[in-house]
Amino acid sequence: MGEKILYAFISVFLTINYGFLLNGLIRKIYARVGRRHGIPFYQMYIDLLKSLALRTNIRHGVMFYLGPVFRFTGGIGLFLFMPVIFGSELFANFSFSGDLLLLLSFQFFGTLGMALGASESGHPNSAIGVTRGLAQMTAVEVPFVMALMAIAVQYQSISLHEIVAAQQGGITNWTLFTNPLAVVAGMLAVLGSFMRPPFDVVLAPQEIPIGPPTEYHSNYMVYLQSNRAIYPLAKSILIMNLFFGGATSFGEMMLKTFLVIMWSVFVGVSFPRFRVEQSIRWFLGIPLIIGVLAIVYVQFFLN
Amino acid sequence: MFQKIIEKINLKYPIDVVSKKSDKLMFLTVHKNTAVNTVQYLKDDLGFKHLVLLTAVDFLEQGKFQLTYLLNNPDIKIDIGVRVLIERESATMESAHSLWPTIATYQRELREMFGIDFPDSPGVNDEFILEGWNNTPPYRRDFDTKAFAANFYHQRNSRENNDPSAHMKKNLYPNE
Amino acid sequence: MSLEDLYRKTTISPDGEEFEINPIEDYFCTDKPEEVKPVQNILEKFYNWARSESIWILGFGTGCGAIEMRPLMTPRFDAYRYGIQWRPTPRQANLLIISGYLSTKTLKRVIRVYEQMQNPKYVMALGSCTINGGMYFDSYNTIKRLDYYLPVDVYVAGCMPRPEALLAGVVKLKTLIKTGMAEGANDYANRFDWYKTNQKAVILNWDMPDYNW
Repeated sequence: MGEKILYAFISVFLTINYGFLLNGLIRKIYARVGRRHGIPFYQMYIDLLKSLALRTNIRHGVMFYLGPVFRFTGGIGLFLFMPVIFGSELFANFSFSGDLLLLLSFQFFGTLGMALGASESGHPNSAIGVTRGLAQMTAVEVPFVMALMAIAVQYQSISLHEIVAAQQGGITNWTLFTNPLAVVAGMLAVLGSFMRPPFDVVLAPQEIPIGPPTEYHSNYMVYLQSNRAIYPLAKSILIMNLFFGGATSFGEMMLKTFLVIMWSVFVGVSFPRFRVEQSIRWFLGIPLIIGVLAIVYVQFFLN
Repeated sequence: MFQKIIEKINLKYPIDVVSKKSDKLMFLTVHKNTAVNTVQYLKDDLGFKHLVLLTAVDFLEQGKFQLTYLLNNPDIKIDIGVRVLIERESATMESAHSLWPTIATYQRELREMFGIDFPDSPGVNDEFILEGWNNTPPYRRDFDTKAFAANFYHQRNSRENNDPSAHMKKNLYPNE
Repeated sequence: MSLEDLYRKTTISPDGEEFEINPIEDYFCTDKPEEVKPVQNILEKFYNWARSESIWILGFGTGCGAIEMRPLMTPRFDAYRYGIQWRPTPRQANLLIISGYLSTKTLKRVIRVYEQMQNPKYVMALGSCTINGGMYFDSYNTIKRLDYYLPVDVYVAGCMPRPEALLAGVVKLKTLIKTGMAEGANDYANRFDWYKTNQKAVILNWDMPDYNW
């Protein structure tokens, strides 16, 4: 057990750094699409240092501390209960202890934690900010759960480890080819949880100077920024494991997660933002219909 | 066009001075007591539905304020300004907020900047731009803005003068 | 909020119970700001480098100069190259740009915003209006020199300064931070009473606590 915890620390450390550099790269891509030179790709590290170097900070009570911690726990927890690299002991984390339903609850954990913390900060608009975030999260989950259920029925299991194991042995065994409808529904739904356009109005800080993170600075900001590095990555590892046959080496994991994240980046640079009610309507439209079709397909045609 | 409008108004309310500026713009000077009624008649019966602005001019020498209600008729595209002269001492004017709710904002501004009172206008005594102003209303002409600014705000001393003629006079021809 | 709301008063709860509230003590921190002396060692130099390379500007425009900040985000000037980013809230920002003339009404808000920012914080003042009043030298409503009310690190002259001048000001600020000379927050804490006296001389209805957090 002891070495397992050590391995978990190592894999979290490696993944956070990969996430920081990836976020920097993505910002660079956004800048180049806008014909700008762009911010340095290592800017995230400087920002973290700057936030840590603040000489004073403001406290608002216990829940204010716990908000970013919960948020970070959501990202880390999502990451830790997944097999990052199939068959590797170092990157297996605690994937034998959790299943898909646990992962689903971890996705909500962060936003709920922020809701508690932000309400403690006394900011008058934090309630509406959190409500918008939760509303969109819920709309994202509906088609995503449809895709998950289709896959769970297909493999007769809700253990992520078994789902990955069933996809080994050739590219044709991937869910992408055995159940394409579920993959389409899942990939459309997952756009909403990468915090990029067209679905990032809920947190876009420059457009809406209200909402949960308004009061957070210094060390709290470090937590939130670390979560922004690890959470999309954890999400893309989940996607990779569900749809694209998992990974058997660190290089394969990097390549596949990079491509999954690039999917959201390409959509992000191409499309303008939705308002919250528009994005909810969108998620409950086409992705949901495809998700329902995926379940029907699995139930009546696959088995 | 203007002649017809003037005739129609003259049947109901007296007009003191008519000053026609162009085919599209005309100013009427009316009595203080009938000013708001004239404006209401222009709005309700003659189609001048749009209030462009309400503003004031300070005629310090005559001891009067001149208020101008600038109205626009969007159908025939004509502007008419209704002028009214009121006494500068304890200046008061009838409020017209029953015609356009937005006019209350103009009246609030005039109350603060010129000290013209509009009784019963909603929120007329609220602060508009100046917060906690306790001096003469700043748009009145007897308020010396420059002296006030010099006394009230911290100043930076002006730089040494390097004007060429002054420099030459001082250094080359000190005796002239 | 009006002046009366801040004073101690008795209110009646929905249950009919009477109790006394004192909003200034309940909602605001009444402590004065404290100086945090920088320790002169290699770590502080490293931190100063990080602070200079990650400047977060508060998106708050006071006068006409706010229009000169927008082009900085566009491809032509691209301030992001220098590690400059815009933040929507004073808690996270560390550079406050006073963009042009300041009416006393805006000055009040600027003071509140400045005091909500956290300790290494910098002020950049744009335009001649903040230096000597500029074209508003005889206005009844605008202040004439900003450094009487807030500690200013960098002045950028011009009416209005172009975005290039703004970038030059930021580069100047970076060298100041790296050499440890941009200690405006500590200066504000040290000469707090002097600043407050000046501020209260021009802000006639001071309906807020002396120090906003």
